[in-house]
Amino acid sequence: MFKIAKYIILDIVRSKVLIAYTVLLLAISLTIFMADGDVTKGLVSITTVIMIIVPLVSVVYSTTYYFNAAEFTELLVSQPISRKNILMGKFIGIGSSVLFAFVAGVCIPVSIFAFSATGITLMVSGCLLTLSFVSLAFFTSTRTRDKARGIGLALMLWFYFAILFDGLVLLFLYSFADYPLEKAMIALTALNPIDLARILILLQLDISALMGYTGALYQQFFGSGSGIIFSLILQIIWIGAPLLLALKAFKKKDL
Amino acid sequence: MEEIIGIKGLKKSFGRLSVLKNISCSFEEGRVVSILGPNASGKTTLIKSVLGMVIPDEGDILFKGAPVTGTYNYKRHIGYMPQIGRYPDNMKIGQLFRMVMDIRQEDTALDTDLLKEYKLESMYNKTMRTLSGGTLQKVSAALAFMFNPDVLILDEPSAGLDPFAAEALKEKIMHEKHRGKLILITSHILSEADEISDNIMYLIEGQIKFYKSLHQLKDETGEQKLGRALTKIIV
Repeated sequence: MFKIAKYIILDIVRSKVLIAYTVLLLAISLTIFMADGDVTKGLVSITTVIMIIVPLVSVVYSTTYYFNAAEFTELLVSQPISRKNILMGKFIGIGSSVLFAFVAGVCIPVSIFAFSATGITLMVSGCLLTLSFVSLAFFTSTRTRDKARGIGLALMLWFYFAILFDGLVLLFLYSFADYPLEKAMIALTALNPIDLARILILLQLDISALMGYTGALYQQFFGSGSGIIFSLILQIIWIGAPLLLALKAFKKKDL
Repeated sequence: MEEIIGIKGLKKSFGRLSVLKNISCSFEEGRVVSILGPNASGKTTLIKSVLGMVIPDEGDILFKGAPVTGTYNYKRHIGYMPQIGRYPDNMKIGQLFRMVMDIRQEDTALDTDLLKEYKLESMYNKTMRTLSGGTLQKVSAALAFMFNPDVLILDEPSAGLDPFAAEALKEKIMHEKHRGKLILITSHILSEADEISDNIMYLIEGQIKFYKSLHQLKDETGEQKLGRALTKIIV
Protein backbone atom coordinates (compact mmCIF):
# COMPACT_ATOMS: atom_id res chain seq x y z
CA MET A 1 0.00 0.00 0.00
CA PHE A 2 2.64 2.52 1.02
CA LYS A 3 4.88 1.29 -1.76
CA ILE A 4 2.23 2.09 -4.32
CA ALA A 5 1.71 5.46 -2.66
CA LYS A 6 5.45 6.07 -2.84
CA TYR A 7 5.59 5.42 -6.57
CA ILE A 8 2.54 7.57 -7.23
CA ILE A 9 4.08 10.44 -5.29
CA LEU A 10 7.34 10.04 -7.21
CA ASP A 11 5.35 10.15 -10.44
CA ILE A 12 3.31 13.21 -9.42
CA VAL A 13 6.38 15.13 -8.25
CA ARG A 14 7.80 14.88 -11.76
CA SER A 15 4.74 16.44 -13.35
CA LYS A 16 4.31 20.20 -13.30
CA VAL A 17 0.60 20.52 -12.63
CA LEU A 18 0.84 20.19 -8.88
CA ILE A 19 3.80 22.54 -8.71
CA ALA A 20 1.74 25.13 -10.59
CA TYR A 21 -1.08 24.64 -8.07
CA THR A 22 1.31 25.11 -5.15
CA VAL A 23 2.70 28.28 -6.70
CA LEU A 24 -0.82 29.59 -7.33
CA LEU A 25 -1.87 29.03 -3.71
CA LEU A 26 1.36 30.55 -2.50
CA ALA A 27 0.89 33.59 -4.71
CA ILE A 28 -2.68 34.07 -3.48
CA SER A 29 -1.76 33.81 0.19
CA LEU A 30 1.30 36.02 -0.10
CA THR A 31 -0.37 38.78 -2.11
CA ILE A 32 -3.31 38.88 0.28
CA PHE A 33 -1.06 39.10 3.33
CA MET A 34 1.28 41.64 1.69
CA ALA A 35 -1.51 43.84 0.36
CA ASP A 36 -3.36 44.23 3.62
CA GLY A 37 -1.87 44.94 7.01
CA ASP A 38 -4.96 43.59 8.74
CA VAL A 39 -4.30 39.89 9.27
CA THR A 40 -7.91 39.06 10.11
CA LYS A 41 -9.14 40.57 6.86
CA GLY A 42 -6.44 38.63 5.10
CA LEU A 43 -7.66 35.38 6.60
CA VAL A 44 -11.24 36.11 5.51
CA SER A 45 -10.04 36.81 1.96
CA ILE A 46 -7.98 33.63 1.89
CA THR A 47 -10.93 31.63 3.20
CA THR A 48 -13.14 32.97 0.43
CA VAL A 49 -10.61 32.12 -2.24
CA ILE A 50 -9.59 28.69 -1.02
CA MET A 51 -13.16 27.55 -0.46
CA ILE A 52 -13.55 27.82 -4.23
CA ILE A 53 -10.12 26.80 -5.53
CA VAL A 54 -9.08 24.03 -3.16
CA PRO A 55 -12.11 21.78 -3.71
CA LEU A 56 -12.03 22.43 -7.46
CA VAL A 57 -8.38 21.57 -7.94
CA SER A 58 -8.48 18.62 -5.53
CA VAL A 59 -11.45 16.98 -7.19
CA VAL A 60 -10.42 17.62 -10.80
CA TYR A 61 -6.76 16.76 -10.33
CA SER A 62 -7.52 13.53 -8.50
CA THR A 63 -10.04 12.47 -11.14
CA THR A 64 -7.66 13.25 -14.00
CA TYR A 65 -4.82 11.43 -12.34
CA TYR A 66 -7.02 8.47 -11.52
CA PHE A 67 -8.05 8.04 -15.14
CA ASN A 68 -4.61 8.77 -16.60
CA ALA A 69 -3.22 6.01 -14.44
CA ALA A 70 -5.91 3.52 -15.48
CA GLU A 71 -3.44 1.32 -17.34
CA PHE A 72 -1.06 1.49 -14.42
CA THR A 73 -3.90 0.26 -12.23
CA GLU A 74 -4.39 -2.63 -14.66
CA LEU A 75 -0.74 -3.51 -14.31
CA LEU A 76 -1.05 -3.46 -10.54
CA VAL A 77 -4.18 -5.59 -10.55
CA SER A 78 -2.34 -8.26 -12.54
CA GLN A 79 0.29 -8.35 -9.78
CA PRO A 80 -0.19 -10.14 -6.46
CA ILE A 81 -1.63 -7.20 -4.54
CA SER A 82 -5.15 -6.89 -3.17
CA ARG A 83 -7.45 -4.37 -4.78
CA LYS A 84 -7.95 -2.70 -1.43
CA ASN A 85 -4.23 -1.99 -1.15
CA ILE A 86 -4.13 -0.67 -4.69
CA LEU A 87 -6.92 1.83 -4.13
CA MET A 88 -5.68 2.85 -0.69
CA GLY A 89 -2.19 3.27 -2.09
CA LYS A 90 -3.57 5.50 -4.81
CA PHE A 91 -5.54 7.53 -2.27
CA ILE A 92 -2.56 7.99 0.00
CA GLY A 93 -0.35 8.88 -2.95
CA ILE A 94 -2.66 11.38 -4.60
CA GLY A 95 -4.07 12.69 -1.32
CA SER A 96 -0.71 13.40 0.25
CA SER A 97 0.54 15.12 -2.91
CA VAL A 98 -2.43 17.48 -3.11
CA LEU A 99 -2.22 17.98 0.63
CA PHE A 100 1.45 18.85 0.33
CA ALA A 101 0.57 21.55 -2.20
CA PHE A 102 -1.95 23.00 0.25
CA VAL A 103 0.51 22.88 3.15
CA ALA A 104 3.23 24.58 1.12
CA GLY A 105 0.92 27.09 -0.53
CA VAL A 106 -1.38 28.07 2.34
CA CYS A 107 -0.35 26.62 5.69
CA ILE A 108 3.21 27.94 5.61
CA PRO A 109 2.29 31.57 4.76
CA VAL A 110 -0.56 31.48 7.28
CA SER A 111 1.70 30.22 10.06
CA ILE A 112 4.19 32.98 9.26
CA PHE A 113 1.76 35.88 8.95
CA ALA A 114 -1.27 34.90 10.98
CA PHE A 115 -0.53 32.22 13.51
CA SER A 116 -3.65 32.32 15.66
CA ALA A 117 -6.66 30.19 16.58
CA THR A 118 -8.28 31.32 13.34
CA GLY A 119 -5.17 30.56 11.37
CA ILE A 120 -4.98 27.05 12.79
CA THR A 121 -8.68 26.46 12.09
CA LEU A 122 -8.11 27.60 8.52
CA MET A 123 -5.16 25.24 8.09
CA VAL A 124 -6.89 22.22 9.62
CA SER A 125 -10.18 22.69 7.78
CA GLY A 126 -8.35 23.37 4.53
CA CYS A 127 -6.42 20.11 4.86
CA LEU A 128 -9.56 18.13 5.70
CA LEU A 129 -11.41 19.80 2.84
CA THR A 130 -8.64 18.83 0.43
CA LEU A 131 -8.80 15.20 1.52
CA SER A 132 -12.59 15.04 1.39
CA PHE A 133 -12.59 16.24 -2.21
CA VAL A 134 -9.88 13.78 -3.17
CA SER A 135 -12.06 11.13 -1.56
CA LEU A 136 -15.15 12.35 -3.45
CA ALA A 137 -13.13 12.21 -6.67
CA PHE A 138 -12.32 8.57 -5.96
CA PHE A 139 -15.98 7.91 -5.31
CA THR A 140 -17.03 9.25 -8.71
CA SER A 141 -14.02 7.83 -10.59
CA THR A 142 -14.60 4.27 -9.43
CA ARG A 143 -18.19 4.52 -10.58
CA THR A 144 -17.57 5.80 -14.09
CA ARG A 145 -15.79 4.12 -16.95
CA ASP A 146 -14.50 6.90 -19.14
CA LYS A 147 -12.47 9.94 -18.32
CA ALA A 148 -14.72 12.58 -19.88
CA ARG A 149 -17.70 11.44 -17.86
CA GLY A 150 -15.57 11.15 -14.74
CA ILE A 151 -14.27 14.69 -15.00
CA GLY A 152 -17.77 15.95 -15.84
CA LEU A 153 -19.12 14.30 -12.73
CA ALA A 154 -16.26 15.72 -10.65
CA LEU A 155 -17.03 19.23 -11.92
CA MET A 156 -20.72 18.79 -11.20
CA LEU A 157 -19.90 17.67 -7.70
CA TRP A 158 -17.79 20.77 -7.16
CA PHE A 159 -20.45 22.99 -8.69
CA TYR A 160 -23.05 21.46 -6.41
CA PHE A 161 -21.08 21.83 -3.19
CA ALA A 162 -19.46 25.19 -3.93
CA ILE A 163 -22.33 27.04 -5.59
CA LEU A 164 -25.61 25.20 -5.95
CA PHE A 165 -25.86 24.01 -2.35
CA ASP A 166 -26.02 27.55 -0.95
CA GLY A 167 -28.75 28.39 -3.43
CA LEU A 168 -30.73 25.36 -2.34
CA VAL A 169 -30.30 26.28 1.31
CA LEU A 170 -31.59 29.79 0.58
CA LEU A 171 -34.54 28.33 -1.28
CA PHE A 172 -35.20 26.06 1.68
CA LEU A 173 -35.00 28.99 4.10
CA TYR A 174 -37.29 31.08 1.96
CA SER A 175 -39.93 28.39 1.54
CA PHE A 176 -40.03 27.51 5.22
CA ALA A 177 -39.49 30.99 6.58
CA ASP A 178 -42.48 30.66 8.91
CA TYR A 179 -40.96 27.80 10.85
CA PRO A 180 -38.07 27.80 13.31
CA LEU A 181 -35.19 26.59 11.16
CA GLU A 182 -32.14 27.12 13.32
CA LYS A 183 -31.59 23.48 14.22
CA ALA A 184 -32.39 22.37 10.69
CA MET A 185 -29.77 24.82 9.41
CA ILE A 186 -27.09 23.18 11.52
CA ALA A 187 -28.11 19.79 10.17
CA LEU A 188 -28.05 21.13 6.62
CA THR A 189 -24.55 22.45 7.09
CA ALA A 190 -23.37 18.95 7.86
CA LEU A 191 -24.35 17.95 4.35
CA ASN A 192 -21.68 20.10 2.75
CA PRO A 193 -17.98 19.81 3.63
CA ILE A 194 -17.27 23.29 2.22
CA ASP A 195 -19.88 24.91 4.45
CA LEU A 196 -18.57 23.02 7.46
CA ALA A 197 -15.09 24.36 6.86
CA ARG A 198 -16.27 27.87 6.10
CA ILE A 199 -18.49 28.20 9.16
CA LEU A 200 -15.80 26.84 11.42
CA ILE A 201 -13.33 29.43 10.17
CA LEU A 202 -15.72 32.38 10.15
CA LEU A 203 -16.90 31.66 13.67
CA GLN A 204 -13.35 31.98 14.92
CA LEU A 205 -13.36 35.53 13.59
CA ASP A 206 -16.12 36.96 15.80
CA ILE A 207 -17.90 38.36 12.82
CA SER A 208 -20.78 35.99 13.30
CA ALA A 209 -22.59 38.82 15.04
CA LEU A 210 -23.13 40.18 11.56
CA MET A 211 -24.97 37.03 10.57
CA GLY A 212 -28.04 37.69 12.71
CA TYR A 213 -29.90 35.20 14.82
CA THR A 214 -28.76 32.11 12.92
CA GLY A 215 -25.23 33.38 13.24
CA ALA A 216 -25.64 33.62 16.97
CA LEU A 217 -26.99 30.11 17.07
CA TYR A 218 -24.11 28.88 14.93
CA GLN A 219 -21.75 30.63 17.27
CA GLN A 220 -23.37 28.93 20.22
CA PHE A 221 -23.18 25.52 18.58
CA PHE A 222 -20.06 25.51 16.42
CA GLY A 223 -18.18 27.91 18.67
CA SER A 224 -18.34 25.53 21.60
CA GLY A 225 -15.85 22.76 22.13
CA SER A 226 -18.35 20.02 21.34
CA GLY A 227 -19.47 21.90 18.22
CA ILE A 228 -15.90 22.04 16.93
CA ILE A 229 -15.46 18.35 17.59
CA PHE A 230 -18.80 17.67 15.91
CA SER A 231 -17.76 19.48 12.77
CA LEU A 232 -14.30 17.91 12.74
CA ILE A 233 -15.86 14.47 12.98
CA LEU A 234 -18.24 15.33 10.16
CA GLN A 235 -15.36 16.49 8.01
CA ILE A 236 -13.57 13.23 8.67
CA ILE A 237 -16.74 11.35 7.73
CA TRP A 238 -16.71 13.33 4.49
CA ILE A 239 -13.27 11.83 3.87
CA GLY A 240 -14.00 8.30 5.04
CA ALA A 241 -17.47 7.63 3.67
CA PRO A 242 -16.81 8.37 -0.03
CA LEU A 243 -13.55 6.45 0.21
CA LEU A 244 -15.32 3.40 1.66
CA LEU A 245 -17.93 3.52 -1.08
CA ALA A 246 -15.16 3.87 -3.65
CA LEU A 247 -13.43 0.84 -2.20
CA LYS A 248 -16.64 -1.16 -2.41
CA ALA A 249 -17.12 -0.19 -6.05
CA PHE A 250 -13.47 -0.81 -6.94
CA LYS A 251 -13.54 -4.34 -5.57
CA LYS A 252 -16.28 -5.23 -8.02
CA LYS A 253 -15.02 -3.19 -10.93
CA ASP A 254 -14.02 -4.70 -14.26
CA LEU A 255 -10.80 -3.26 -15.62
CA MET B 1 -0.28 -33.61 -17.22
CA GLU B 2 -1.37 -31.63 -14.24
CA GLU B 3 -4.13 -29.08 -14.56
CA ILE B 4 -3.04 -25.58 -13.59
CA ILE B 5 -6.03 -23.48 -14.49
CA GLY B 6 -9.59 -24.75 -14.49
CA ILE B 7 -12.59 -22.75 -15.56
CA LYS B 8 -16.06 -23.90 -14.56
CA GLY B 9 -19.28 -22.45 -15.95
CA LEU B 10 -17.87 -18.96 -16.39
CA LYS B 11 -20.42 -16.31 -17.32
CA LYS B 12 -19.89 -12.62 -17.76
CA SER B 13 -21.94 -9.86 -19.28
CA PHE B 14 -21.30 -6.16 -19.63
CA GLY B 15 -24.71 -4.57 -19.24
CA ARG B 16 -27.03 -6.36 -21.61
CA LEU B 17 -24.19 -7.71 -23.73
CA SER B 18 -23.32 -11.20 -22.69
CA VAL B 19 -19.63 -11.69 -23.44
CA LEU B 20 -18.88 -15.10 -21.96
CA LYS B 21 -21.63 -17.69 -21.99
CA ASN B 22 -20.90 -20.64 -19.79
CA ILE B 23 -17.25 -21.37 -20.49
CA SER B 24 -15.72 -24.50 -18.99
CA CYS B 25 -12.27 -25.75 -19.81
CA SER B 26 -8.96 -26.66 -18.28
CA PHE B 27 -5.38 -25.75 -19.07
CA GLU B 28 -2.47 -28.06 -18.30
CA GLU B 29 1.19 -27.48 -17.64
CA GLY B 30 3.78 -27.73 -20.38
CA ARG B 31 1.38 -26.58 -23.07
CA VAL B 32 1.04 -23.62 -25.35
CA VAL B 33 -2.65 -22.88 -25.82
CA SER B 34 -3.75 -20.41 -28.45
CA ILE B 35 -7.10 -18.77 -27.89
CA LEU B 36 -8.41 -17.74 -31.27
CA GLY B 37 -11.62 -16.18 -32.42
CA PRO B 38 -13.04 -13.18 -34.25
CA ASN B 39 -13.03 -9.72 -32.70
CA ALA B 40 -15.36 -9.37 -29.72
CA SER B 41 -15.58 -13.11 -29.20
CA GLY B 42 -14.54 -12.79 -25.56
CA LYS B 43 -10.86 -13.73 -25.74
CA THR B 44 -9.55 -10.79 -23.74
CA THR B 45 -12.44 -11.02 -21.26
CA LEU B 46 -11.61 -14.68 -20.65
CA ILE B 47 -7.96 -13.84 -20.03
CA LYS B 48 -8.84 -10.92 -17.81
CA SER B 49 -11.19 -13.10 -15.76
CA VAL B 50 -8.34 -15.51 -15.08
CA LEU B 51 -6.23 -12.55 -13.98
CA GLY B 52 -8.96 -11.22 -11.70
CA MET B 53 -9.22 -8.00 -13.68
CA VAL B 54 -12.75 -8.82 -14.73
CA ILE B 55 -15.03 -10.18 -12.02
CA PRO B 56 -17.16 -13.05 -13.34
CA ASP B 57 -20.94 -13.00 -12.86
CA GLU B 58 -21.12 -16.74 -12.35
CA GLY B 59 -18.78 -19.68 -12.32
CA ASP B 60 -15.42 -20.49 -10.80
CA ILE B 61 -11.83 -20.10 -11.79
CA LEU B 62 -9.52 -22.63 -10.19
CA PHE B 63 -5.78 -22.17 -9.91
CA LYS B 64 -4.07 -25.42 -9.01
CA GLY B 65 -7.40 -26.65 -7.71
CA ALA B 66 -8.34 -23.71 -5.51
CA PRO B 67 -10.98 -21.12 -6.45
CA VAL B 68 -9.38 -17.72 -6.87
CA THR B 69 -12.17 -15.20 -7.37
CA GLY B 70 -11.50 -12.29 -5.03
CA THR B 71 -8.05 -13.49 -3.98
CA TYR B 72 -4.72 -12.24 -5.23
CA ASN B 73 -1.89 -14.46 -4.04
CA TYR B 74 -2.12 -16.80 -7.04
CA LYS B 75 -1.09 -13.89 -9.30
CA ARG B 76 2.40 -14.48 -7.97
CA HIS B 77 2.51 -17.42 -10.36
CA ILE B 78 1.24 -15.57 -13.40
CA GLY B 79 3.09 -13.35 -15.83
CA TYR B 80 0.84 -11.14 -17.91
CA MET B 81 1.62 -9.24 -21.07
CA PRO B 82 -1.26 -6.91 -21.96
CA GLN B 83 -2.43 -6.10 -25.45
CA ILE B 84 -1.39 -2.50 -25.10
CA GLY B 85 1.04 -1.95 -22.26
CA ARG B 86 0.83 1.53 -20.84
CA TYR B 87 2.81 2.64 -17.84
CA PRO B 88 3.15 5.84 -15.82
CA ASP B 89 4.29 8.51 -18.27
CA ASN B 90 7.03 10.00 -16.18
CA MET B 91 8.54 6.71 -15.13
CA LYS B 92 11.76 5.38 -16.63
CA ILE B 93 12.14 1.80 -17.84
CA GLY B 94 14.59 0.95 -15.08
CA GLN B 95 12.31 2.44 -12.47
CA LEU B 96 9.38 0.41 -13.75
CA PHE B 97 11.29 -2.85 -13.42
CA ARG B 98 12.57 -1.91 -9.99
CA MET B 99 9.07 -0.93 -8.93
CA VAL B 100 7.49 -4.22 -9.95
CA MET B 101 10.33 -6.09 -8.24
CA ASP B 102 9.77 -3.99 -5.15
CA ILE B 103 6.02 -4.66 -5.18
CA ARG B 104 6.30 -8.39 -5.79
CA GLN B 105 9.23 -8.94 -3.44
CA GLU B 106 10.13 -12.40 -4.59
CA ASP B 107 13.27 -14.25 -3.83
CA THR B 108 13.30 -16.33 -6.99
CA ALA B 109 16.08 -15.61 -9.41
CA LEU B 110 15.02 -13.12 -12.05
CA ASP B 111 14.70 -14.22 -15.63
CA THR B 112 16.47 -11.53 -17.61
CA ASP B 113 16.68 -13.36 -20.97
CA LEU B 114 14.30 -11.06 -22.79
CA LEU B 115 15.72 -8.02 -21.05
CA LYS B 116 19.08 -8.87 -22.59
CA GLU B 117 17.67 -10.03 -25.91
CA TYR B 118 15.82 -6.74 -26.39
CA LYS B 119 18.73 -4.69 -25.04
CA LEU B 120 16.39 -2.95 -22.62
CA GLU B 121 19.08 -2.48 -20.02
CA SER B 122 20.78 0.13 -22.16
CA MET B 123 17.48 2.03 -22.28
CA TYR B 124 16.88 2.09 -18.53
CA ASN B 125 17.00 5.87 -18.49
CA LYS B 126 14.35 6.43 -21.13
CA THR B 127 10.99 7.67 -19.91
CA MET B 128 7.91 5.66 -20.79
CA ARG B 129 6.29 8.57 -22.61
CA THR B 130 9.06 8.68 -25.21
CA LEU B 131 8.91 4.97 -26.09
CA SER B 132 7.47 3.63 -29.33
CA GLY B 133 4.66 1.10 -29.32
CA GLY B 134 7.05 -1.72 -30.17
CA THR B 135 9.45 -0.87 -27.37
CA LEU B 136 6.55 -0.78 -24.93
CA GLN B 137 5.60 -4.27 -26.08
CA LYS B 138 9.16 -5.39 -25.43
CA VAL B 139 8.99 -3.93 -21.94
CA SER B 140 5.67 -5.72 -21.31
CA ALA B 141 7.10 -9.01 -22.55
CA ALA B 142 10.25 -8.75 -20.46
CA LEU B 143 8.14 -7.91 -17.42
CA ALA B 144 5.83 -10.88 -17.95
CA PHE B 145 8.69 -13.37 -18.08
CA MET B 146 10.79 -11.72 -15.41
CA PHE B 147 9.58 -13.54 -12.29
CA ASN B 148 9.69 -17.09 -13.62
CA PRO B 149 5.93 -17.59 -13.32
CA ASP B 150 4.28 -20.98 -13.82
CA VAL B 151 1.72 -19.47 -16.17
CA LEU B 152 2.27 -16.90 -18.88
CA ILE B 153 -0.67 -15.05 -20.30
CA LEU B 154 0.12 -13.14 -23.45
CA ASP B 155 -2.55 -10.97 -25.08
CA GLU B 156 -1.66 -10.51 -28.75
CA PRO B 157 2.05 -10.63 -28.03
CA SER B 158 3.50 -10.07 -31.47
CA ALA B 159 1.29 -7.15 -32.48
CA GLY B 160 3.67 -4.23 -32.89
CA LEU B 161 6.88 -6.20 -32.40
CA ASP B 162 9.45 -6.17 -35.17
CA PRO B 163 10.15 -9.56 -36.83
CA PHE B 164 13.36 -10.16 -34.87
CA ALA B 165 11.73 -9.33 -31.56
CA ALA B 166 8.73 -11.52 -32.41
CA GLU B 167 11.09 -14.37 -33.27
CA ALA B 168 12.96 -13.97 -30.00
CA LEU B 169 9.67 -14.03 -28.12
CA LYS B 170 8.63 -17.17 -29.93
CA GLU B 171 11.85 -18.89 -28.96
CA LYS B 172 11.40 -17.79 -25.38
CA ILE B 173 7.87 -19.18 -25.36
CA MET B 174 9.07 -22.56 -26.62
CA HIS B 175 11.88 -22.58 -24.09
CA GLU B 176 9.49 -21.90 -21.20
CA LYS B 177 7.07 -24.51 -22.49
CA HIS B 178 9.76 -27.17 -22.32
CA ARG B 179 10.38 -26.16 -18.74
CA GLY B 180 6.81 -27.24 -17.96
CA LYS B 181 5.04 -23.91 -17.99
CA LEU B 182 1.59 -23.15 -19.25
CA ILE B 183 1.41 -20.44 -21.86
CA LEU B 184 -1.90 -18.89 -22.92
CA ILE B 185 -1.83 -16.74 -26.02
CA THR B 186 -4.51 -14.82 -27.83
CA SER B 187 -3.67 -14.01 -31.37
CA HIS B 188 -4.97 -13.15 -34.77
CA ILE B 189 -1.92 -14.36 -36.59
CA LEU B 190 -2.68 -17.95 -37.55
CA SER B 191 0.71 -18.84 -38.96
CA GLU B 192 2.23 -17.99 -35.62
CA ALA B 193 -0.33 -19.99 -33.66
CA ASP B 194 0.33 -22.84 -36.08
CA GLU B 195 4.01 -22.73 -35.31
CA ILE B 196 3.98 -22.68 -31.53
CA SER B 197 0.72 -24.02 -30.11
CA ASP B 198 -0.14 -27.45 -28.83
CA ASN B 199 -3.82 -26.74 -28.32
CA ILE B 200 -6.23 -24.44 -30.07
CA MET B 201 -9.29 -22.97 -28.42
CA TYR B 202 -11.71 -21.25 -30.72
CA LEU B 203 -14.22 -18.82 -29.25
CA ILE B 204 -17.27 -17.50 -31.03
CA GLU B 205 -19.66 -15.09 -29.32
CA GLY B 206 -18.57 -16.10 -25.88
CA GLN B 207 -18.77 -19.83 -26.38
CA ILE B 208 -16.13 -22.43 -27.04
CA LYS B 209 -16.59 -23.58 -30.61
CA PHE B 210 -13.90 -26.18 -30.11
CA TYR B 211 -10.87 -26.88 -27.94
CA LYS B 212 -8.57 -29.46 -29.47
CA SER B 213 -4.96 -30.24 -29.93
CA LEU B 214 -3.45 -28.82 -33.09
CA HIS B 215 -2.60 -32.31 -34.18
CA GLN B 216 -6.12 -33.60 -33.85
CA LEU B 217 -7.45 -30.56 -35.65
CA LYS B 218 -5.20 -31.13 -38.62
CA ASP B 219 -5.96 -34.83 -38.70
CA GLU B 220 -9.69 -34.33 -38.62
CA THR B 221 -9.68 -31.81 -41.43
CA GLY B 222 -6.91 -33.42 -43.40
CA GLU B 223 -5.20 -30.04 -43.79
CA GLN B 224 -1.58 -29.21 -43.16
CA LYS B 225 -2.10 -25.56 -42.26
CA LEU B 226 -4.05 -24.22 -39.31
CA GLY B 227 -5.61 -21.45 -41.39
CA ARG B 228 -7.07 -23.88 -43.89
CA ALA B 229 -8.18 -26.27 -41.17
CA LEU B 230 -9.99 -23.45 -39.41
CA THR B 231 -11.79 -22.29 -42.51
CA LYS B 232 -12.91 -25.84 -43.13
CA ILE B 233 -14.43 -26.14 -39.68
CA ILE B 234 -15.86 -22.68 -39.27
CA VAL B 235 -17.30 -22.03 -42.74
